[in-house]
Amino acid sequence: MSVPQFFFGYFAVMLIGLSIMVVTRKNPVHSVILMLVLFVHIAGVYLFLNAEFLAAIQIIIYAGAILVMFLFVIMLLDLKKEVTERRFLKPWPLGLVVAGTFMVFITAVLGKLTVFPEPGKYSIDRIQAEGMMMTIGKVLYTEYLLPFEIASLILLVAIIGAIVLAKKRLE
Amino acid sequence: MVPLSWYIVLSAIVFSIGMFGFLVRRNLIIIFLSIELMLNAVNISLVAFSHYLQSINGQILVFFVITVAAAEAAIGLAILIAFYRNKPTVEADEINLLKG
Repeated sequence: MSVPQFFFGYFAVMLIGLSIMVVTRKNPVHSVILMLVLFVHIAGVYLFLNAEFLAAIQIIIYAGAILVMFLFVIMLLDLKKEVTERRFLKPWPLGLVVAGTFMVFITAVLGKLTVFPEPGKYSIDRIQAEGMMMTIGKVLYTEYLLPFEIASLILLVAIIGAIVLAKKRLE
Repeated sequence: MVPLSWYIVLSAIVFSIGMFGFLVRRNLIIIFLSIELMLNAVNISLVAFSHYLQSINGQILVFFVITVAAAEAAIGLAILIAFYRNKPTVEADEINLLKG
């Protein structure tokens, strides 16, 4: 077993184990903290795949912003009653069967996947020569300019929507 | 060298676990966390494809997925707070205010 395969094995075991723990913990605070560890490991996988910009974004946005928002909401709500009750819906074996069947089928189909045609022009050497930010920025602001603007609109809608939904009704 | 299919299978397994959590949990906060888990699983596969096909488009797509995930979490948690004012619970099977 080579060194990259060893590291991939570590990340795979940690990702699968942590995600199982995230969806089965009774206390939502524990789930969020485990999710934090999970996101750090996903950032590690991104680094492994030469996507250092996305690794930084993953830490900053997911761990720094989204999970903090989850923690704030959990602390705003009083969840003492919920953590003592049962954690799954009544027909939970059905959900297990559905998710398990999905997993078996999709791994059977995708497990044989190999890299196809000729590789594109963004090889590791070119990205290294040009710089990661330069490469991503050039593509983002030329080819993907319209989606980028639409993303800013989505964020605006989210800001206004969150404020309108969560604020108290003024009499 | 790690083959591409390993990453895709890892992504599929994490996605299935998130799907399981989304289907069976009662706590709405953990249901939202499961949605984030599924989005992250898809992101892993996109970055893996982007690396192995030597194309930058997958990483740009992950950038947009993260944007949408942030917006979705903000709106979802705001709806949760708005609902909690009407009925103080976050359990999925007790949210039945519109039932006749």
